[in-house]
Amino acid sequence: MDDVKRKYVIPGDVITTGPYRAEDNVHLFEDKLIATTVGISEVFDSGVRVIPLTGIYMPRIDDFVIGKVKSHTSLSWEVDINSCYPGILPASDVFGRDFNPKTHELTSRLKKGDLVACRIANFDRSRDPLITIGDRDLGKIDDGDLIKISPSKVPRLIGKRGSMIQTIENATKAMITIGQNGYVVVSSEDADGLLKALDAIKMVEEQAHVPNLTERVQEMLGIKSE
Amino acid sequence: MGVKKTDIVLLDDKGIRCDGRKIDEPRRIMIKAGVLKNASGSAYIEFGENKILAGVFGPRDVHPKHLANTDRGILRCRYHMQPFSVGERKNPAPSRREIEISKVIKEALEPAVMLESFPRTVVDVFIEILQADGGSRCAALDAAAVALADAGIPMRDMVSACAAGKVADTIVLDINNEEDQEGQADMPVAYMPNLGKVTLIQLDGVLTPEEYEKCVNTAIDGCKLVYEVQKKALHEKFFGENSQ
Repeated sequence: MDDVKRKYVIPGDVITTGPYRAEDNVHLFEDKLIATTVGISEVFDSGVRVIPLTGIYMPRIDDFVIGKVKSHTSLSWEVDINSCYPGILPASDVFGRDFNPKTHELTSRLKKGDLVACRIANFDRSRDPLITIGDRDLGKIDDGDLIKISPSKVPRLIGKRGSMIQTIENATKAMITIGQNGYVVVSSEDADGLLKALDAIKMVEEQAHVPNLTERVQEMLGIKSE
Repeated sequence: MGVKKTDIVLLDDKGIRCDGRKIDEPRRIMIKAGVLKNASGSAYIEFGENKILAGVFGPRDVHPKHLANTDRGILRCRYHMQPFSVGERKNPAPSRREIEISKVIKEALEPAVMLESFPRTVVDVFIEILQADGGSRCAALDAAAVALADAGIPMRDMVSACAAGKVADTIVLDINNEEDQEGQADMPVAYMPNLGKVTLIQLDGVLTPEEYEKCVNTAIDGCKLVYEVQKKALHEKFFGENSQ
């Protein structure tokens, strides 16, 4: 971890020069590696990237995201995945190979406003991202409230090896599902626990940059930190 | 408009301008990033007596669809002056000057914004002038660039703008309203500080080739000073007060 050099950067800042590969949010110009967004730059042995502190969600293949169904055509659903592009869920993904628009009614499975846990199956800039709910743990979400946070705060909400999210789940007895796109579903049988979980998530989003956030969240949830 | 000040001294014998500044001294600049809750990114700037708000939305879907570009995003910009921004009430309808400045600001930001990353989308930049006092197009650009960075729109470089001009036969930095009205030339310049490229240059007035050279260089020096304020505004919002 100490081999990684970190620096605060804004667009246009030259992170370093040399034979590095330009990764996320980095632009190579001549031999200079330039940051393209506000964030924290990291120089690895082979490449340079910037972890953005702001910005919308850009779909990435294999990302787990939560979506809200916006509308449908006879062949697919259009799903809001908190990006500038809507996710497209083809009907064949849900009904199977023998899907026939004449006989299968899309609204029987998913209708407008439904929440789905899905994965980005394919995305290239020439088309809207294709999503799938075919795998295990994916599919329609039956209960829970949707809460939206900035996608750049998702790693902070998950925490190191899931520590932050586990802290909140254990303290509030709520089930929390976090999508990489910043959409989070919280469900709980206990109304109090639900509200506390929502407050905790909001707190993490607002104070993501503050050190010792885990302790503050534990304090807020009423747990004594060891 | 108003009383004609025939006695205003633009530059006295000690080299002091009508508002007490030296010839290479810009006005006070203050920028705050992230001031609007509902915009993707925003910034507020006070450049001398100019007070300007910039809000950015996007990247988002383009409506009407026929404006969308299949291989890159588009940038839309609106520069608008509030009726109370100037001495005599400004009609809220877009004037020819506002339409020109909107176009010029859009073209000054385009080289910096990496629109290829978002095909079929639009980035909307809205600039509202709350109080105008000369050099508002440069101040508007400075706020717009900070708002774009605040929104997380990928950019090759920041864009910093500042105007220089000729007043009482001398090249000075950062013209205010009186100097613009009574002076001899006004040259707004926008510059990408790390790449070293000019993205906007306009000239209103007459300059000799040597004066032109000096004016451009003076304006670029001004742009570099503005860049430091833009950097500070973004650092203050994202990295905390004492990060530099």
